[in-house]
Amino acid sequence: MDLTELYQSVILENNRRPRNFRKLPDANRVAAGNNPVCGDELTVYVRLEDGRIADISFEGAGCAISQASASVMTQRLKGRTIAEAEALFGRFKDIVTQGVPDEEDLDLSAFAGVHQFPARIKCATLGWHAALNAIHGEAATATTE
Amino acid sequence: MKPPASAPDWAALRADFPILDQTVHGRPLVYLDNGATTQKPRAVIAALARFYERDNANVHRAIHELSYRATTAYEDARARVARYLTAASPEEIVFTRGTTESINLVAYVFTPLLRPGDAILLTEMEHHSNLVPWQLLARRTGARLRFVPVTGDEGRLDLDRLDELLDGRVKLFAFTHVSNTLGTINPVAELCARARARGVVTLVDAAQSAGHLPLDVQQLGCDFLAFSGHKMAGPTGIGVLYGRHALLESLDPFHGGGEMIASVHFEESTWNKVPHKFEAGTPDIAGAVGLHAAMDYLDGVGRAAIARHDEDLARAACDKLRGIPGIRLLGPAGARGAVVSFALAGIHAHDVVTFADQEGVALRGGHHCTQPLLRKLGVPATTRASFYLYNTPAEVDRLAEVIRQAAKFFGARD
Repeated sequence: MDLTELYQSVILENNRRPRNFRKLPDANRVAAGNNPVCGDELTVYVRLEDGRIADISFEGAGCAISQASASVMTQRLKGRTIAEAEALFGRFKDIVTQGVPDEEDLDLSAFAGVHQFPARIKCATLGWHAALNAIHGEAATATTE
Repeated sequence: MKPPASAPDWAALRADFPILDQTVHGRPLVYLDNGATTQKPRAVIAALARFYERDNANVHRAIHELSYRATTAYEDARARVARYLTAASPEEIVFTRGTTESINLVAYVFTPLLRPGDAILLTEMEHHSNLVPWQLLARRTGARLRFVPVTGDEGRLDLDRLDELLDGRVKLFAFTHVSNTLGTINPVAELCARARARGVVTLVDAAQSAGHLPLDVQQLGCDFLAFSGHKMAGPTGIGVLYGRHALLESLDPFHGGGEMIASVHFEESTWNKVPHKFEAGTPDIAGAVGLHAAMDYLDGVGRAAIARHDEDLARAACDKLRGIPGIRLLGPAGARGAVVSFALAGIHAHDVVTFADQEGVALRGGHHCTQPLLRKLGVPATTRASFYLYNTPAEVDRLAEVIRQAAKFFGARD
């Protein structure tokens, strides 16, 4: 396959310039995620207000897939309710495990190529696992191993 | 430069390894993950097949022809290992599953010998397999772990600290011969001599050196030495623990079961002689036969020649990679093992490895089972190219070309 199927321009661009890449000073939820096989480590910060994600950010180090995925995730989750966030993660998981793009969500669909690299699926979902742990107030570190 | 007349014909040797003749993702395979495992020459594959087709039976058991042949082949392999290491006798060779089991064996049988307040000395560059077994031993006994520091990206041991660290509390000093992450070749003979002067038992992790460098335990002066068959052109599942005879005699068994006993009663048993005392259960007989063939093969090439070949490739790789923007090369500038590890600014090792794989180049990316070392060096992961006798200068060129392309493809973070 062509490598650009995995590393679509959305991914390369979000890796070079990750969005919402910072600490959130007024976060009321925080969770860490790590992938011991790759050495990916990131922390997701969330400010939850009335069951809605008022603000979300992340920081850490990892491969392009994990960094870009977390970056896109913060953009897609801002302003969402918890139920909406869970539904979106469900859609994202379908995209990265089955490779079926979602016509209505081109940014998430950029990760469809990941399904051809099974070892990298956990990179793509790392930030999401951490974000949902943060939202659910689970203090434990999310791990994709 | 014209090679000396006695230099091996490396291109002809490469043809002994059938697996190398293939394409991966449409490109010729360039296998540079030899630190993880090496490929096998036809002679080893044939020895395994021949054993299973003609001689297979259990060892030291039945009184029939095939068992006799299998036992002879297994014990011949042990004698071959003893010659390979210049051990005093085959009784000093214990077959294990690999380096990890060899080290765990020593860590386990040392349990009754350590007291709270004792210390085990390691180095900061150890593979997890030469760290975690000692953590477990420390937990069982109340002993403490100490570490010889590694200095900077050059990755050398700080030997100025060694005598101070080797005080009266230290009972055992375990260290690697060649770092699997940095390529550093440690001065084993000096480390062993300084430990022995203080009555400290030494264990050398030779996983990355056994198939690459001449190894003479008399000259090294170590008490134990551990390595794996599969990292030296042999099969997986077979490894070696060398131990000085008197020391092996003095230690309790590791696993209990058949083979390791002399006489068994319902309440207690007596132990077989060394090395059988440490080999409970049916061993990897075919693996030992394959390892024998691998040692014959490597000595046929010449380990000193392999070491020079490795170093030439590693040095060439460093020289060619050095010019790539944002690259940080780890490991010593001078003499080094067959390992080149590096980080690219803003580009994760796993992306580099995925990119290289699509070009047919097999590399390793990650922490290489040396997480504490990389944490100290401040890199979350590195990309590693590791070489063996069948790799070529053209493959080093291909490596540099692919890494240059990867750096361009991913670009640095703004």
